[in-house]
Amino acid sequence: MKESQLVKGNVALAEAAIQAGCRYYFGYPITPQNDIPEYLSEHLPKQSGVFIQAESEIASINMVMGAAATGARAMTSSSGPGISLMQEAMSYMAGSEIPCLVVNVMRCGPGLGGISPTQGDYFQATRGGGHGDYYNIVLAPASVQEMFDLTMKAFDLADKYRNPAMILADAILGQMKEPAILEPREPVRTSAKPWAITGAADRKPQYLKTLYLSDGEQEAHNLELMRKYDVIRDKEVLCEAKNLEGAELLVVAFGTASRIVKTAMNMAREEGIRIGLIRPITLFPFPSKAILEASEQIPKVLVVEMNTGQMLIDVQVSAHKSAGIFFYGRPGGGVPTPEEVLVEIKRSLHATAGIQASKNSVG
Amino acid sequence: MPQQVFKRPRTLSDKPTHFCPGCTHGTAHRLVAEAIDHFGVQEKTIGVACVGCAVFMYDYFNVDVIEAPHGRAPAVATGVKRARPDRIVFTYQGDGDLAAIGTSEIIHTANRGENITVVFVNNTVYGMTGGQMAPTTMLGQQTTTTPYGRDFRTDGYPIRMAEMLATLEGVAYSARVSLHNAKAVLNAKKAIRKAFEMQVNEMGFSLVEVLSACHTNWRVSPLEGQKKVEEEMIPYFPLGVFKERTGKDFL
Repeated sequence: MKESQLVKGNVALAEAAIQAGCRYYFGYPITPQNDIPEYLSEHLPKQSGVFIQAESEIASINMVMGAAATGARAMTSSSGPGISLMQEAMSYMAGSEIPCLVVNVMRCGPGLGGISPTQGDYFQATRGGGHGDYYNIVLAPASVQEMFDLTMKAFDLADKYRNPAMILADAILGQMKEPAILEPREPVRTSAKPWAITGAADRKPQYLKTLYLSDGEQEAHNLELMRKYDVIRDKEVLCEAKNLEGAELLVVAFGTASRIVKTAMNMAREEGIRIGLIRPITLFPFPSKAILEASEQIPKVLVVEMNTGQMLIDVQVSAHKSAGIFFYGRPGGGVPTPEEVLVEIKRSLHATAGIQASKNSVG
Repeated sequence: MPQQVFKRPRTLSDKPTHFCPGCTHGTAHRLVAEAIDHFGVQEKTIGVACVGCAVFMYDYFNVDVIEAPHGRAPAVATGVKRARPDRIVFTYQGDGDLAAIGTSEIIHTANRGENITVVFVNNTVYGMTGGQMAPTTMLGQQTTTTPYGRDFRTDGYPIRMAEMLATLEGVAYSARVSLHNAKAVLNAKKAIRKAFEMQVNEMGFSLVEVLSACHTNWRVSPLEGQKKVEEEMIPYFPLGVFKERTGKDFL
């Protein structure tokens, strides 16, 4: 067993990619994720891997598509504006069922925005993001250790379902150093990819495409994809549930926001307030069932995000109809303090039951 | 015994094409298939399809194919080739794909000297979408989006890609050919074979621009189309080899 080491989130993620067997990285510089390409530009060549700094994020993700189409594990990483440019090819990859990893170390938007931590890309990540009817598998780490662990997991899920997977992190998770063990939890397994485009040597030619013009072909393809997403929803949900038993209020938060919430929960406990937490680790598939079941027992739900209310919609859809749902969010690089979250916890607890408050209490 | 002297290349499928009758895409397809046959690399060739009339190449070439987003074929081909350097990788792109939406990808793929082959069909219009103006549309040429003819004051000038790309160090071979008569087809055959030879010999990026008629969208007969290629296109888009690297003379 390796010892834990003090390491940056972005570096842990990059190292996980190498250990997961990814040998092809294509990317374009953008803050706050540059440690990832910098690390891989140094270490991939030592593993006979390929690192290319592309001319744009559009080219990067299309190179990923090409390499991944041959059956290799391939990835890119970027942030907000760059991820927007990648949506076209991600739609193609979802459509032609080519697995890959896309890392989004989020920065603020809309537009060029700022580089401070945010969770403003939740909708883009979890709603497909590009054109057409599809989803990415989205994993949301909340620690440097999870930047490593979930990156390994993301490659497995991408391969298993032949679908793009995304790590949705932010500047805090990317830039901070924490102790982490950079070793796979399970041995890395790679499966055969008989669909890959490698040259038609011992078989008939095959192709990866997204254009379906004949009557009913496209619908049949989309229904196939839908069945796949249903299996993912059924089998791959990951979430952390904490202190649900006897809680007066359920807080739902992911990533960095969940870390702040945990501190606020401890502060609340000292004041005798019992708070439960559900932290979605997979954002797609979303832990709807866990939230439904918890909100049947706990009548009030507070959603805390670093945006103006995006995961809130998924919680509203998932929670029991009797639950009162409250929201606290700070967008645009505003990082909530535990004290602010504690105030919102108390406000939610004292509010009239059943109010569907979406008031943003940025103060 | 009678001897077969002419047959379909192995790499070309026997599926009837969807191209308009008289369209020279079919000729260009055949020349590419002949080149692949010539080097005996069919089983290790991977094609990258573009968006446009050539998108259905997986129906016509007996090779593995991946379909790229509009203009991105050179980037996709880069990923394929970097992951499988021992494979022969080619893109087949139209002028809207390569010379408009995909300019960034083609320039940087060429500049990196990616060891791939690009077949670039220039017929001066967006064929599949119904004949809109392309970056290669001739001055004065009427299209569905230049009903008064292309005017350089609003639309700029027809772009000469083969010459432009030839200026890049990463390019091993850049040529322009035509398919308007039998002699031109034979020259095109040589150029396309040369382009694949460059890749086989790991010389770097190779491109052949193929002038082609789109008589359907030009609203002329196939024969008139070939005449227009000869009399109107070639004077502006001269045929020839603009770059041919003779050794691995990287800087």
